[in-house]
Amino acid sequence: MEGKGRFVADLANQALCLKFVRSPVPHGRILGIESPESVTIFTGRDLEGVGPLRPVLHRSDYVPVAQPILARDVVRFVGEPIAVVVGETQAQAEDAVEQVFVDIEPFDPIVGIGQALEDGARLVHREADGNVVLDARYETEGVDQAFAAADELIEFTIRSGRQSAMPLEARGSVADYDLRSGRVTLLCSVQGPHVVRTIIADMVGMSESDLRVVAPDVGGGFGQKYCVAIEDIVTVWVARRLRRTVSWIEDRRENFMSSFHSRDHEYRISGAFDSEGKLSAVEADLICDVGAYSCYPVTSGVEPLMAMADLPGPYDFQKYRVRARGITTNTCPMAPYRGVSRPVITLAMERLMDLASIRFGIDPVEIRRRNLIAHFPYKSATGITFDEGSYVGSLEKAAEIVDLDGFREVQRTARQGGRHVGIGFSVFSERTGYGTPAFGARSMDVTPGYETVDLVMDPSGYVEARIGASPHGQGLGTSMAQLLGDELGTNPEKIRIVHGDTDRTPYGWGTFASRSMVISGGAAKMAATKLRKQLLAIAAQELEASPEDIILESGFASVVGTDVKVEISKLARLAYHASHKLPAGSSPGLLAQSTYDPAGTFSNACHVAVVDVDIETGLVQIERFVVVEDAGLLINPLIADGQVHGAVTQGIANALYEEVVYDSDGNILTTSLLDYLPPTAAEIPNIEIHHLETISDATVTGAKGLGEGGAIGAPAAVINAISDALRPLGIPVNEMPATPNRLRELIRATERATNDAT
Amino acid sequence: MTQREKVHVTLDVNGRTYDVRVEPRKTLADTIREDCGLTGTHLGCEHGVCGACTVLADGQPVRSCLMFAVQSEGLALRTVEGLADGDTLHPIQQAFWENHGLQCGFCTPGFLMLAVGYLEQNPNPTEEDLREVLASNLCRCTGYQNIMKAVTQAAVTMRS
Repeated sequence: MEGKGRFVADLANQALCLKFVRSPVPHGRILGIESPESVTIFTGRDLEGVGPLRPVLHRSDYVPVAQPILARDVVRFVGEPIAVVVGETQAQAEDAVEQVFVDIEPFDPIVGIGQALEDGARLVHREADGNVVLDARYETEGVDQAFAAADELIEFTIRSGRQSAMPLEARGSVADYDLRSGRVTLLCSVQGPHVVRTIIADMVGMSESDLRVVAPDVGGGFGQKYCVAIEDIVTVWVARRLRRTVSWIEDRRENFMSSFHSRDHEYRISGAFDSEGKLSAVEADLICDVGAYSCYPVTSGVEPLMAMADLPGPYDFQKYRVRARGITTNTCPMAPYRGVSRPVITLAMERLMDLASIRFGIDPVEIRRRNLIAHFPYKSATGITFDEGSYVGSLEKAAEIVDLDGFREVQRTARQGGRHVGIGFSVFSERTGYGTPAFGARSMDVTPGYETVDLVMDPSGYVEARIGASPHGQGLGTSMAQLLGDELGTNPEKIRIVHGDTDRTPYGWGTFASRSMVISGGAAKMAATKLRKQLLAIAAQELEASPEDIILESGFASVVGTDVKVEISKLARLAYHASHKLPAGSSPGLLAQSTYDPAGTFSNACHVAVVDVDIETGLVQIERFVVVEDAGLLINPLIADGQVHGAVTQGIANALYEEVVYDSDGNILTTSLLDYLPPTAAEIPNIEIHHLETISDATVTGAKGLGEGGAIGAPAAVINAISDALRPLGIPVNEMPATPNRLRELIRATERATNDAT
Repeated sequence: MTQREKVHVTLDVNGRTYDVRVEPRKTLADTIREDCGLTGTHLGCEHGVCGACTVLADGQPVRSCLMFAVQSEGLALRTVEGLADGDTLHPIQQAFWENHGLQCGFCTPGFLMLAVGYLEQNPNPTEEDLREVLASNLCRCTGYQNIMKAVTQAAVTMRS
C-alpha cells in the first residue's frame, strides 16, 4: 500500500533475464532450432536428463502423459516452451528471442472435445487412446429401476467456456545461485513452496536441502500458481548451469497463452423425478478438456474426478450413475481454478432444479426445499459425509431477503413494459479444509492434506508461528494471529506468522482449496494449546497456584479471582534462562508443534441474482446480488466478506464475461485484456452478504473454509436469472459465459423458429 | 545482440530528481522501477488495460506502461511511494487499510494513484462518478466493493 510490497519482479533487478521461445503452432514436430552465435540459448537437448514431468494417479482409468521440460521433438500447444534465451536485461532477452528460428513441421491440431473424440482423430499423445486421459465411472445400485419408475425425466446439456484464473501479477521467479554453498534460493510467485521445492529438486536432480523456495508477496493465485510452472524448473536449472542469479518474469500474453486454464467442460445430465418433484436419480456424462498435459501435483484428473464425486452437491438422491472423462487436446494445460469443477456442477444441479420447477409448476424455492439434504451427518451417493449445514435455512433466508413473491409482481409489471428481468437461485455446498483422506480417495501419487505449525515463544515473550500454508492476500496472517492471541493471552501484534519459506517453515501444502484457516488454523490452535500448558505449568510454580486456576489474558498469567499475576513475558524469560528451576518434566524453552489432518467440512450458501436482460443487445445487467453464507464460526468477518466479494466477482465473470477462445486451427485468440474481459467496478453490483453460523464439530476451530464459495455459486445464480428473464421467449440458457453474442444467437434462433411457424 | 544507444533523461519523481540513462524505447514504468528503484509501481498487463502501473503526471493519472521515459521529462511525477508523509498515511491509504480495500495488494498502488488524482480534481464525486472512474483499473481479489467504500471515505477525509 505504501509501495513497500515485495513481489518477484521487484526482486529481480540484479538478475540475468530469461525469456522463453514458445511454440507458434499447436501441434507439430521440431525439425531444428537456429540462432546466431551471439544469443545464449538452451534447448531441450541441453536439458538432457531433466524431466520429463509425468504426474501420476494410481488408477487404472488414468493415463499418465509425459511433458518435456523444454519441448524436444513434438510441440503440443501454442505457447509451449521450446527453448530459453538469456539476456542482461529483459529487453535484450526479448530481442534475442526474435532472432531464434524454430523449424516445425505442423500437424493438424486437435481443438475442442468434439474433435478429440471423433473416430480416428489424431492422437495428441501416443499413449492416450482416443485422446482420453481419464475415463472414470461410478454407479450405485438401482439407477435403471429409478429411471424406469420416474414420473418425469429432465435431460439437458450444459457447457462452460474455458477460463483463466488470471492473477493480476503473472507468474515469475528469481533463482539465486550461492557460489559458496551451491545452494539455490528460488523466489517465486507460487501458492505452495514446499511442493515446488520437491518437484524441482526431483526434476533437476538435486537434494531438497540444496533448494530453498520462497514465495514473497504473491499478486493473486486462485489456483493457477498452485501447480508447478515448467518455467520455474528451467530457471533453477539455468541458475545452476551458469552459476548466476537468473529471473523469469512472465508477461500477460504468456500468462494467457501458457499459464494453466480451467473449466472447459461439457456435461450431459438426466434427472429422474417422482410426481411430487422429488429427485430420485441422476445420470451424468461429464467431459473436461484438460489440454495438452497433466499438471503437477494434482494431475489432469482433478477436474473430472471432482465433478464426478461432488456433482450431487447438497441434493438428496442415492441413485447415481456417472462417467467422467478427461480429454487431451492441443491447447494449454488445465489446472484447478477457484472452485475447480464446482462452478460447473453447481450450474448443472441448479439448472436441473429450475427446469424441474418449470416442469412441475412449483416455485424455485419449493422445488429446492423438497430436494435439499436436511439431516446430518448425510452420506451422499458417492459416499461423502456432509457435516451439519444450513442448506434449507440459507435458501429460506435468501428467499425472504429478496421477497420472491414481491419480485414476481415487479417482474410482471416489467414484462408488460417490455423489460426482461429475472431471478435466479443457487444453493450449494463447498467442501473445505479436507486433508489426506479426501485427496487419498483420488489415489493421488502426491497426496496433500495435513498442515503442521511450529509455534515458538522467544525469551522476550514474542511469538512466532511457522506455518506450512502459504497465504497470498487471504489475510490468513491477521486471522491466525487473532486466533493465537486468544489462546495465549498475548496481543496479536506480538505474534508473527512466518510462511512461504521452505527454510523457515515445516513441510506443508500451501494455500488452496479453502483450507488454510481450517487446517493450518486448526494446527495452530492445537499447538497453542500445548504451549499454553507449558506456560501454565511455569506460572503455577511462580504463583504457587494450581494450573487450573490460572488464566492467560492481556499479557498476564493471573490466578482467577485474585490480583496475583505475572507477566507472560517473564514466564518466557524463565523458560529459557532459568530452565534449571522449571517444574519437573519441563524442557527448556517454549516450543510446540502440531499437525492437523481433518476429513473436511462443508460450508454452504445460497446466492440469488436479479438481472435485467436487454434482448435487443443481449447485454445482461445484474441489478442485485444476495449471498447467505454459512462458513461456521467467523474468525474475522471483514476478511471473510472480502473473500466472498472477490469470489462472487470471479463467478459473475465466469457467467457473463470471461472466456479463453481458440480458433479451429488451434491459435489462441484471447491473449490480451482487450480480448479477455475481467469485470471492472462498473459491472459488479454491491454484493449483499448475510451470515449464518452453523458450528460443526468437524473442525477444531469451528471455522469452515470459504475462499471458493462465491465463485462456485454465482455462475448458476446468474444463468438461472437470465433463463428466468427470458422465460417469456422460452429460452433456457445452458451455456456460459452468457455473452451478448451468445444470448443474441439464442434470441435470434427463437425468433426465426417463431417466424417459420407463423 | 544489439546494444541500443542510451539517452540521458531527467525525471522528477515525488519531488526528487533522478538522472538516468535509458534506451529511448524504455517505458516510464520500467524506468521508475529499474532506474529510480521505486518498485511500488506494478506491471499487470503492459498494454494499458489493468492500470496497476498508474502514476500521476502533473496531477493526471496516466498508465506509465504506455509512456516512454523520454516523454516524461519536465513532468511532476508522483508514485505510491510519495503518498505517505513519513509514518503518516495519506487519507486514501488510511481508508484502504480501514476498509480492507486490498487483498493481495498488487493492483493497490494503481488504484491509490488513480483515486488520488481524481479526488484532487473532483472532491465531491457521486457514487456513479466513482464507479466509472474506478472502472479504469482492474482488481482480481476484492470485487471492488471495499475499494469503492475506501475511496468514498477518503473523499470525505480529503475534503475536510
